[in-house]
Amino acid sequence: MKNIINSEPVILALTIFCFLLGTLINKKYSKPYTSPILLAIIFLIPLLLVLDIDYPTYEKGTHVITFLLAPTVVALGYNMHKQSKSIKKNIVPILITVFIGSLVGVLSVIGICKLFNAPMEIMTAMEPKSVTMPIALGISERSHGILSLTAVSVAICGILGSVIGPWLLEKIKVKSPVAKGLAMGAASHGIGTARAMEMGPVEGAVAGMAIGIMGIFTSIIIPIIEKLM
Amino acid sequence: MANGLKGILIILVYLILGNCLSYAIDNFIPGSVFGMILLFISLQIGFVKEESIESIATFLTTNMTLFFLPPAIGLMASYKILGDNILTIVLSVVVSTILVIAVVGKIQDKIGKDE
Repeated sequence: MKNIINSEPVILALTIFCFLLGTLINKKYSKPYTSPILLAIIFLIPLLLVLDIDYPTYEKGTHVITFLLAPTVVALGYNMHKQSKSIKKNIVPILITVFIGSLVGVLSVIGICKLFNAPMEIMTAMEPKSVTMPIALGISERSHGILSLTAVSVAICGILGSVIGPWLLEKIKVKSPVAKGLAMGAASHGIGTARAMEMGPVEGAVAGMAIGIMGIFTSIIIPIIEKLM
Repeated sequence: MANGLKGILIILVYLILGNCLSYAIDNFIPGSVFGMILLFISLQIGFVKEESIESIATFLTTNMTLFFLPPAIGLMASYKILGDNILTIVLSVVVSTILVIAVVGKIQDKIGKDE
């Protein structure tokens, strides 16, 4: 019996089932905090504990899913291509702004972690937290961060930005739709982009583009900062 | 069907090219990010046709939340070290997210044009 429970089909079915359940609940109660990934984590961990499936077994069983992360990053090039028309006039300002945004994102995490003397693997796990998940995991893996922390902080960063982003942008008097969309996509990747689409078509398209640019800059900036430190 | 397979092959070839570039610079940047940039350029110059990868790219990017569920479940194994540093973790995520939104929004508002 143990052999069957610990087998790939069971582990994969449980994973997809919990994810679909999370997606379903998110569709019914569409709030940022009903994010499918967070719900799926909450359903799946107790299930694995009850069925006595340990993490190394689970990790091996889901290899076929995690393999798809790298091809997904490549596929994001297609999304960037689709949205590239929306930023033609603004390409230089956008590149400068996202570069600074990426620096601020990484340096603020390093600053706070140093201040509290956090272990290295915690700091490196959180540095790419504003980057879209598949790229963030690639960066974190490269610098030996705790991958589960990367995954969770990326998700929370997305949720947080989509909740407070529109309010914050209003408060600090950001007017242009391009600037609003860029801020949402750069800080909160896909989840922020979904919210930006509700703010307007320009906001949504620019946010989508910001995801890719933020990913590229952050993956260049982090190893350089590591070398300098 | 054959069209879908062609798309998968294209994505894999770009990933392999990206991995080669990444290897050449000592894995400084993940190979997948290079692959993404190369695919973007190839689509822009028309070297790769949009239609040939549309279905696979849409499948991957719309379902990607599922793909990072397994790494997130690693919480099971690393909750101890995370619990010990919970204040740092929460503070980093909150402060850094607010800063990125404010800085990007404000700078782009100043130096950008509207489309």
